[in-house]
Amino acid sequence: MIEEKRIVLRNADNIDPEDIKDYLQAGGYRGLEKARSMRTIDLIEEVKKSGLRGRGGAAFNCGLKWSFVPPNRGATFVVCNLDEGEPGTYKDRTIVQKDPQTLLEGMAICAHAINSKQGYIYCRGEYPYVVELLNRAIGQAKEAGVLGDFDIEVRMGAGAYVCGEETALIESLEGHRGEPRFKPPFPGVEGLWGQPTVVNNVETFANLPEIVLNGGEWYAAIGAPNYTGTKVLTLTGDVKNRIFIEVPTTTTLREVVFGFGGGIKDDKKFKAVQVGGTSGGFIPEHLLDTQIDADSMRSIGATLGTGAVFVMDETRDIVDIVTRIAKFFEHESCGKCNPCREGTYRAYEIMKKINQGQAVAQDIDNLTVLGRVMEKACLCGLGQAAPSPTLTTLQHFYPEYQARLRAQ
Amino acid sequence: MATIREIISSFRDKPGGIIEAYHAVQRECNFLPEETIPIAAEVFGLSEAQAYGVATFYSYLSVAPRGKYIIRMCESAPCHIAGADTLIKAFEDALGIKVGQTTADGKFSLELTECVGQCQGTPVITINSVPYVDLDPAQVETVLALCQ
Repeated sequence: MIEEKRIVLRNADNIDPEDIKDYLQAGGYRGLEKARSMRTIDLIEEVKKSGLRGRGGAAFNCGLKWSFVPPNRGATFVVCNLDEGEPGTYKDRTIVQKDPQTLLEGMAICAHAINSKQGYIYCRGEYPYVVELLNRAIGQAKEAGVLGDFDIEVRMGAGAYVCGEETALIESLEGHRGEPRFKPPFPGVEGLWGQPTVVNNVETFANLPEIVLNGGEWYAAIGAPNYTGTKVLTLTGDVKNRIFIEVPTTTTLREVVFGFGGGIKDDKKFKAVQVGGTSGGFIPEHLLDTQIDADSMRSIGATLGTGAVFVMDETRDIVDIVTRIAKFFEHESCGKCNPCREGTYRAYEIMKKINQGQAVAQDIDNLTVLGRVMEKACLCGLGQAAPSPTLTTLQHFYPEYQARLRAQ
Repeated sequence: MATIREIISSFRDKPGGIIEAYHAVQRECNFLPEETIPIAAEVFGLSEAQAYGVATFYSYLSVAPRGKYIIRMCESAPCHIAGADTLIKAFEDALGIKVGQTTADGKFSLELTECVGQCQGTPVITINSVPYVDLDPAQVETVLALCQ
């Protein structure tokens, strides 16, 4: 049985998250101290060497992202994405509630690497209690003088899933409607208020203190070679243990669901698991021996995404669940680009028709074509990923759709 | 109580602070009264259309009046399979209103929401953003009684 390995959550339940003294006693801010003794170019190289990839979903190499920030371009910004809105995900909330200082330390390490004096944490509007906790943590860090001349401000979102997309998040920080920007330019070159900006997820930042302290090679030796380290997963749905765990990325889905998760509730059988949030693919039983690392997941047409693990038992109605998910995207599409605005609307319309037993085979063909167009034509990740639950369930659970078609 | 102008003006020096200002107004009024928009436009140097555009983009901001207690029922997939539909029906029956409405005494508003990040305890509701997890329809009356 594979065991948890806690890097991000190393202090969880061992320290008082409300007291910076506990964090300092546990070795907190030694990573930052070491980072500040390094040249910025060496620091970025060390993070690259760790192989750390973004934990928000896109899995982009963290050090590489930092290296896009041009030197000597005036003000630069460090932005933390705490807009965790993928249904089934509660990892960033958990990380911050268990150990807020580790996030602040990670952001300050990034600030040193890109020579930034100002950080922002964009916290979703659903977590006002996390905003309060973070403000207290920042107050303590300032008082203790550990952040030096790096300042961090918390801003609260207001209930828009699309703001998890980094350019939409930046728009929202600037006080606008949270609509994604065209890329390029990427935020590393032109981000917040047109200045170079690094946007990373909470979990990405929270990995940094230990990476800097122990070295990139230490981290790269943990987990899968192409997606190193650990991943925090949150279990939900029909699994016995609805818990958060942090495991090496070589862990398989079967170990997650049946090992850590304890299997299916009420001794029912497994039907499917959706990983990475509501935009993730559905995975059937025969693919459960896949490792959770982002590349392995991609190879089976799924994603690791945020690390949400939504388990469904044998009694669950796939078509009904995917209809619900289609409604989610129809509601959360920001409306900026046509393929997503119209596409999510039509996809929901067709899914409702199938769910109500009113659809014919042609509707499924239309839904498939629509999904493929959206994957290619939508402006941002929201629209590009929205068809994934539909397309993967059509692939793995087609009989459930077929059984719903109206007799012709 | 601070006036809406005083609340918004206190965010004047915060770049991009209009959303924070709207949150602050809502903490006083539960929603954004009509005069909020022109004042915010003036303070932040935007057109009224832009200020209104921001106010209506985000689901947690409302230009329509809402009750003192905003009950939000999560209907994302994990809560959906955990019986969100039954739970929302129980709240509708207990309050005598439908989703999207406010009780006549202005005490409760009932809204649907997407994931609130408490999926270890589905189904989940929030009341003024405080989460209540693993809710059973039989507990609805007890939860409502907490709102005094």
